[in-house]
Amino acid sequence: MLPDLLLVGAVVLLALLALLVYKYTGKTGEAVVVVIDGKETATYALDKDIEVVIETPDGGKNVLCIKGGVAYMTEANCPDGICAKHAPISKTNETIVCLPHKLVVKVVSQHTGDAPDITV
Amino acid sequence: MKKSTKRLAFLGLATAVAMIFSYIEVILPPIWSAVPGIKVGLANIIIIFLLYRLSLKEAALVSFVRILLTALLFGNVMTLAYSVAGAFLSLALMAALKKWGIFSMTAVSVAGGVAHNLGQILMAILLLGTREIAYYMIILTLTGTVAGVFIGLGGALLLKHTKKLQI
Repeated sequence: MLPDLLLVGAVVLLALLALLVYKYTGKTGEAVVVVIDGKETATYALDKDIEVVIETPDGGKNVLCIKGGVAYMTEANCPDGICAKHAPISKTNETIVCLPHKLVVKVVSQHTGDAPDITV
Repeated sequence: MKKSTKRLAFLGLATAVAMIFSYIEVILPPIWSAVPGIKVGLANIIIIFLLYRLSLKEAALVSFVRILLTALLFGNVMTLAYSVAGAFLSLALMAALKKWGIFSMTAVSVAGGVAHNLGQILMAILLLGTREIAYYMIILTLTGTVAGVFIGLGGALLLKHTKKLQI
């Protein structure tokens, strides 16, 4: 019984600590970076409302929407549509992932990186 | 009937039940929009049952076949890599902890649940080249623990009620 409690207790404690750290040190992001198959392809500022159609090499189409300082996916032609159901993101290191299209949209706090800046 | 034939038939049945568990989870609406793809992993009730009732060999076999057939029939061959990564890490850890012998079935299941999520996250980081995906592990550790408890209890129940079954 004791080894059980120690194991589960330790795991839960670690996770809760990490959650607290993440919640209270998380900064609101400044931009989102679009990553397709490991390569950063574009950066969009979170303070400008826009709607972007992302096209992935395998014929994938995801619509990224930035509105009111948060980013979310409004539609996607991937088989599971999980990315479109994801809650909006705005804090640094948050992500929305579309696995079938190998697409990641991640929030960054510094508007730097290799991705070209796209201003609308 | 030859013992091995009976065993094989039983494993086929176990695989089918595991697939049905998977299917139910796939057609249910998302339980939480912060991690839309999240699942309880009910099929693992069968897997952990097999690990304890028979051996790692049977559990691994059914696990792999279940994943393959589920991917082909209900979805998405793309997700095969992630499922296999999760199942592999999960089963390896559970078998090791079971062998060590100091943990109960429920604790082993908890470790399996967390490991399953970890395997999938690691594979996603590898294939998508984005380390930020790791942040999901904070939530997935907690949900994996809770799911692990329920799956462990389910597996234990199954063990208890099939004692007379000759497989």
